[in-house]
Amino acid sequence: MIINHPLLGPRDSSEFVYLGDASLMNRPQWKGEEADLVKTEETIKQYHDYLYLRNNPAGEHQELWYHEQGDRSWLVVTRNTTTHNISQVQMAKDVALKTLREK
Amino acid sequence: MRYSALKVIKESLTGHKGWKPVWRSPEPKKHYDIIIVGGGGHGLATAHYLSSQYGIHNIAVLEKGWIGGGNVGRNTTIIRSNYQLPENQPFYEYSMQLWEEQEKDLNYNTMVSQRGILNLFHSDPQRDAYVRRGNAMLMSGADAQLLDQNGVRELYPFLDFKNARFPIKGGLLQPRAGTVRHDAVAWGYARGADSRGVDIIQNCEVTGFQIKDGVCTGVKTTKGEIKANKVAVCVAGSSSKVMSMAGMNLPIESHVLQAFVSEGLKPFIPGVLTFGAGHFYVSQSDKGGLVFGGDLDGYNTYAQRGNLPVVEDVCEGGMAIMPAIGRAKLLRKWGGVMDMSMDGSPFIDRTSTKGLYFNGGWCYGGFKATPASGMCYAHLLATDEAHPKAKDFKLNRFLSGKMIDEKGMGAQPNLH
Repeated sequence: MIINHPLLGPRDSSEFVYLGDASLMNRPQWKGEEADLVKTEETIKQYHDYLYLRNNPAGEHQELWYHEQGDRSWLVVTRNTTTHNISQVQMAKDVALKTLREK
Repeated sequence: MRYSALKVIKESLTGHKGWKPVWRSPEPKKHYDIIIVGGGGHGLATAHYLSSQYGIHNIAVLEKGWIGGGNVGRNTTIIRSNYQLPENQPFYEYSMQLWEEQEKDLNYNTMVSQRGILNLFHSDPQRDAYVRRGNAMLMSGADAQLLDQNGVRELYPFLDFKNARFPIKGGLLQPRAGTVRHDAVAWGYARGADSRGVDIIQNCEVTGFQIKDGVCTGVKTTKGEIKANKVAVCVAGSSSKVMSMAGMNLPIESHVLQAFVSEGLKPFIPGVLTFGAGHFYVSQSDKGGLVFGGDLDGYNTYAQRGNLPVVEDVCEGGMAIMPAIGRAKLLRKWGGVMDMSMDGSPFIDRTSTKGLYFNGGWCYGGFKATPASGMCYAHLLATDEAHPKAKDFKLNRFLSGKMIDEKGMGAQPNLH
C-alpha cells in the first residue's frame, strides 16, 4: 500500500506503524480530580468503550498511521478495508484542530 | 453410513459406486431450537456436540458460502496446547484431548498427526521464559520437554545453529502437538451433525436478527425468515460485521494473516517448527509442500489477501533458521481474516440480548481450538451455564478487569 503523505508525497506503508481506529483521538473528557474518575460509573463505561470497543467496519475506515521511518507525524488515513484503497490522507493534527474548533 | 476397512475393500471392487454425499442439503424449516450462524469448524463442531452430547437435534447451521470454504480451510493446520495462563491453557489442553479422540468420535479420518511442535529459543532469557511456559503446560496436564541445542540437533540437524544474530540454543517441545487435515475436520463434524438430524444450510446468508424488547427470536436470511429459541453466532473473522446487525460493538478488530505453501519436497521436516526471534512457523504436508506462516499484516482488513512486505518478512524468518529452503519455490499464498481481540483471547458468552449468543475473537488460535470451542459453546447453549474450561472467555472482561492477556500487550490487537 502507498500512503500519500500530505507533506512528503507517496510513501510505502511499511515506513509506517499502524495504531488503529481514528476514534482513538477522541479520548473522553473528564472534569475534576482523577480520584473522581474511578467513582463515576458512567466515566468508567465511557473509557471502556473508548479503549476496548471498535466499529471495525467492512468498507471505509478512518485510521491512525504513524510515520516512524519518516517525519514521525501522525496521519489520519481513510482506507477501504475490503479493497485496501486509500481515498484520503490528512495530518492528524489538522483533524484534531478541526474537531476542537467545531466543539 | 459408517466407514470401515471392509466398506473400502467392497467399494474398490465394485467401482466406487456406493459412496454417497455425507450430508444432506435441506431447505430451512420455519423454526429451530437453535440456529448456529456460521458453518465453519467451530459452528459445525458446536452442532455435532449439541446433538451427540447434549441431545438437542432440532438445529440449523446457516452458512453464507460453502462448508470448508472459510477460515477452517485457510489456516496452517497446527494443533497445540502450549499456552500458559490458568484461564486459557486448560481450555487448549482440553481441546488437545478432544483432538486425540476425534477420529474415533466422528468415525472419520481427519488425519490427526501428533508429530510434535518445537518452539526454538535463541537466548538465555528466552530459555527461562520457555521453562516457565513448559511448567505451566505440565501443571495443566499437558506435555512439555525442554531441549538443549543437542536435543534440537537430533530432531532437526539441518538448522542454522550458529546463526550470527539468532543462534539456536534449544527449544520447548510439545510431543503431543501436531497437525490435522483441516478440510476433513469441517467435513467430519458436518457429517456427524447431519447424521443426528442437524440441517446444514449452505449459501444462506444471515442479513439481520429478529430482536424485539431485548429478545432475539430468529434471523432474517437470503432464504427467508427463520425462527429459533436461541441464535448462536459463530463467525470469527466477520464477527463485527454480523454483530453490528444486532447493534453491538465488539472488542475486536479484523486483521489478515497470510499463509504459504512451497513446491513439494522430499520429507525433511518431521514436526512443526517455530522461530523464536521472528515470525515463522512451518510444517511439511503429507504431499511434501512446506506449509508456513508468520505475522499479521497489521492493519484492519476484511480482504482475504495481504501485502508483500509481510511475505518478505516471513521468508526472511525462514531463511534465518533453515537456509536449506532458500532454493525452494513458493507455490501459493493466501490470507485469512482474523478476529483480533483486545487481549488476544477468545469469547464464548451470551450477549445482552436474550437468546443471542456469541463465539469469536479467536485471533490466530481458532483452528486448534475447534473441538473445545464446539464443546464449550454447545454446553453454554444447552445449559445456559458457561463450560468450566471456558468460564473466563467473557465479553465483559474488559469492564471487570479480568483480561486474559498472555502477551501483556494491552488493547493493541495487531500486537497479540
